[in-house]
Amino acid sequence: MNWTLALPELVLALSGLAILVAGVLPRRDMTFPCTMMVLGAFLLSGAFVLTQPDGMGFGGQYISDAFARFMKVLVLAGAALALLLALDWNRAEGLSRFEYPVLVLFATLGMMVMISANDLMSLYLGLELLSLPLYVMAAFHRDNARSSEAGLKYFVLGALSSGLMLYGMSLVYGFAGTTNFAQLAQVLGGTAPISAGVVVGIVFIITGLCFKVAAVPFHMWTPDVYEGAPTSVVAYFATATKVGAIAAIVRVLAGPFGGAVDQWQQVIVLASIASMILGAFAAIGQTNIKRLMAYSWISHTGFVLMGLAVGTEAGLRGVLIYTPIYLMMSLGAFSVLVAMRRNGHAVENIQDLAGLGRTDPAMALGMAIFMFAMAGIPPLSGFFAKLYVLLPAVEAGFWLMAVVAVLSSVVSAYYYLRVVKVMYFDASTGALDARPSGVSFVLAGTGLFTMFFFLMPAPLLAAARQAVAALIG
Amino acid sequence: MFVGAVFFPLLGACVSGFLGRWLGDRVAMWSTVFFMALAAICGLLAFWQVALSGQPQTVVLFTWMQVGELSFSWSLRYDTLAAVMVGMVTLISTLIHLYSVGYMSHDATPSRFFAYLSLFTFMMLMLVTADNLVQLFFGWEGVGLASYLLIGYWYEKDSANAAAMKAFIVNRVGDLFFMLGMALTFFTFGSLEFDAIFGAVQDHVNDVFLGIPSLELIGVLLFLGACGKSAQLGLHTWLPDAMEGPTPVSALIHAATMVTAGVFLICRMSPVMEFAPVALAIVTVVGASTALFAATIGCVQNDIKRIIAYSTCSQLGYMFFAAGVGLYQAAMFHLFTHAFFKALLFLGAGSVIHAMSDEQDIRKMGGIWKKIPVTYAVMWIGSLALAGIPFFAGYYSKDAILEGAVAAGTGVGMYAFVCGAVAAFLTAFYSWRLLILTFHGKPRADHHTMEHVHESPLVMLVPLLLLSVGAITTGFVFAPYFIGDAATAFWNGAIYNLPAKDMMEALHHAPHWVPTLAKTVAISGILLAILIYGFLPHIPGRVAAAAPGPYRFLLNKWYFDELYDRIFVQPARRLAVQLWQVGDARIIDGMPNGAAALAAGASRGTVRLQTGKVASYAFAMIIGLVVFVTLFLTGR
Repeated sequence: MNWTLALPELVLALSGLAILVAGVLPRRDMTFPCTMMVLGAFLLSGAFVLTQPDGMGFGGQYISDAFARFMKVLVLAGAALALLLALDWNRAEGLSRFEYPVLVLFATLGMMVMISANDLMSLYLGLELLSLPLYVMAAFHRDNARSSEAGLKYFVLGALSSGLMLYGMSLVYGFAGTTNFAQLAQVLGGTAPISAGVVVGIVFIITGLCFKVAAVPFHMWTPDVYEGAPTSVVAYFATATKVGAIAAIVRVLAGPFGGAVDQWQQVIVLASIASMILGAFAAIGQTNIKRLMAYSWISHTGFVLMGLAVGTEAGLRGVLIYTPIYLMMSLGAFSVLVAMRRNGHAVENIQDLAGLGRTDPAMALGMAIFMFAMAGIPPLSGFFAKLYVLLPAVEAGFWLMAVVAVLSSVVSAYYYLRVVKVMYFDASTGALDARPSGVSFVLAGTGLFTMFFFLMPAPLLAAARQAVAALIG
Repeated sequence: MFVGAVFFPLLGACVSGFLGRWLGDRVAMWSTVFFMALAAICGLLAFWQVALSGQPQTVVLFTWMQVGELSFSWSLRYDTLAAVMVGMVTLISTLIHLYSVGYMSHDATPSRFFAYLSLFTFMMLMLVTADNLVQLFFGWEGVGLASYLLIGYWYEKDSANAAAMKAFIVNRVGDLFFMLGMALTFFTFGSLEFDAIFGAVQDHVNDVFLGIPSLELIGVLLFLGACGKSAQLGLHTWLPDAMEGPTPVSALIHAATMVTAGVFLICRMSPVMEFAPVALAIVTVVGASTALFAATIGCVQNDIKRIIAYSTCSQLGYMFFAAGVGLYQAAMFHLFTHAFFKALLFLGAGSVIHAMSDEQDIRKMGGIWKKIPVTYAVMWIGSLALAGIPFFAGYYSKDAILEGAVAAGTGVGMYAFVCGAVAAFLTAFYSWRLLILTFHGKPRADHHTMEHVHESPLVMLVPLLLLSVGAITTGFVFAPYFIGDAATAFWNGAIYNLPAKDMMEALHHAPHWVPTLAKTVAISGILLAILIYGFLPHIPGRVAAAAPGPYRFLLNKWYFDELYDRIFVQPARRLAVQLWQVGDARIIDGMPNGAAALAAGASRGTVRLQTGKVASYAFAMIIGLVVFVTLFLTGR
């Protein structure tokens, strides 16, 4: 058995256990050393990912290909930067416990398993390994009622979606006779009509995955959890886990169910349109910036699903370009959210940003860049992200979806630009506290990427093309 | 030298305009005067060399643009026609600059004024030295722009703004025709360079465009363009209103620049116009009608500057019908002499206004001739020249034009002669009406104003005296060159006359009764004015009362403004209001406003879905699942 194929995951899992031990044994606070060790583990794992060869292992349960590597690098980068942001925030909020980095590590491990899954069983395994730490993290601020409520809500709804998904998997297994992706693709790609049982099973699986990417109508947990959970946790939710969720849905729909594209296309189109519209309109009335970001994500989900719904190579490539660009914008925006702190207390209303243009011009500039990029204004990276999913949709004749996408972009520009307006034109209600160095680091890195992506997009485009080629063969 | 004559004013304008604040007003003023003086020296030398010594030349500056077959350069074309204009414009403009130093001494921003004034002169020089129609058009538009700036110089006055806008808009109407004419010229000749056009006229005599001979159409279009700048009947309405600008501006616009541009254009295009007899006939009729029409209005106006403005309008009519009958030389000659005496009259009027504490209504003047004797004397000289009294400048040019009109021997020629003769009578009449009402009789101004009546400072009087010399001498000095025996050598081919017509020869054989008649009507006009306004001051009022209709008709300038208001302005305004209130406010604004309201409503609706209850969230998920399954199963 070629177990070395799964070296990144193995390294991560073993270092997770080791760090857990290292955190428990000493009597003093081990948060900072543990965080650093987790970052080191991410780095090591990332290095192994980059050198990972193509292949299949563990009896066809595990696959390593260009798509998996592409997504894993993004997940690891997102997780590492989110953890960096969390370090200062957790300390300031009194949440400084060494379990937090370990939980992040195991959640990330779950995502990597999910990304490399080549079987419904390993997919579910990865998904649960991701979800369980996330439930805990959402309720991490356990003395805070809102945080506990968020954790509980997330757990209940997450359990529901996991149940639905598992039920769907059993249906697929029952009617198709296999859970292996390659064999499923063979069965569904044939000329014989697909039985209704398999179709229902696919719908249930899609439901579970849509819950993870927060597509309408399975999005309802998102605003509440984003608002209730600690900002540092949300920074992880909104960045790394989104990448994992996108990877999972793309892997499943384009891989084993690729042959049944006519069956699920309609549903994804519907979810995409509904997400874009709801994300655009519901965000308008928000005053809490974390809720705003939640709806903003729902709207982005719509765009991602649009690329997926098109189903062509160009569409999938659009998704794979959208993902890293979104990751960077989102990390940047959350670095600002994490830094929103006045007189030692976290603040999270949009109005709290008033006058930031004068009190902290650098951060305001960064936030303005992210907001403009999310609104899709050229030449920032967000514009290209939207362009690369919109073009295939237009070329493939999905006019309704394309028109909705453009119009919802216009509507969402309103609330993004409102943030910019508040920062630059409203009277200041007092300066925010000085931002920690971790925030400055993330802010500068993501800001530069978002700002200057258009100068050399070629490496990313090439990587995305390779990943898509690996996915659809 | 040739370049200097044109570009020194631009230099002056830049110095005064951009550095004026830094240099201070006095330095800025005098620097523009200095540069204008340099330009005038260059201009006079150029005039000497080109016109009197017969050495025309073209100075190419650089290529301007090249678009396909269309290519033209910036170049200064100095032939006699241009040299006459350059010499005259620079000289008069210098005197006006000098005069303005005194006149504008109490103004708040004289550096801005002088910058505009120099810019205006530069644009006019650009226009007259153009080597192609596009460069000419550049100067043409530049003059329009500068006139807008100058007329609206006192921008805090509503009436000045309105007048500036009116001048600009009316000029745009003319410009439109000019541009059409240019386009058709390019279409016909494939070039806009004068040499190329003039050389190819013979080949295109029989060209037809839209069923009309091309040359005729070009002639008419260019003439309509000229009408705008030169304030001919129909497009004249801006000229009297342009009096809202400071008086030196009026003098510059009316005497040497701007209004003469149209006449210049027709003379410049003489090789084309000569082959367009119908267009020339139109020029003649419109010119003659303008001469008469403006003179009638001049008789009843009460604003000293407006009277002179209408006289300009009328004199321009003379120039046009002279050109119309083919006597471009006479038209240029009248333009030349007119520049001197009209500048003199305007600056004299400015001196009067200055003396009367900015009073412009001649009904409130009177009895001031003893207090401002120099101004009084120069106004007499200017009026004598304007009326065409022998040995003053206007006599030579106006006589030549009237003789030419008769000598043309055509119906339109005779019409022009009759109009011209009547206008000459009216011109003499209103000139002396102005003189007598302004300077003689009992003082009608209030005591306070009368105490302040004073002669203008030396800096204003010197230009007046120099212009008086011009108004007296230019006639008999230059008559031999412009229209006399030396004319052929003088013009040196700058103006083209159809050999078959040979108007220059016909001019010398005009009937002898014509000059006699001209002198008679002029003198009788003077005598009538002296009689009525000097000795029987109650007559005018009684005449006006006896014929209220005609009087009001004249006083309201033949109701041209009202007519245009009714025909063009009000419908356009109504349309604009409709477009604004319905098109813009309701439909165009309505759409985004409605969309915004819709978005806000949708936002409220979607937010309400977010109840916060886990059960309802789970319910939504299940509903979604059901919808998906249904879709799947029905969509197969």
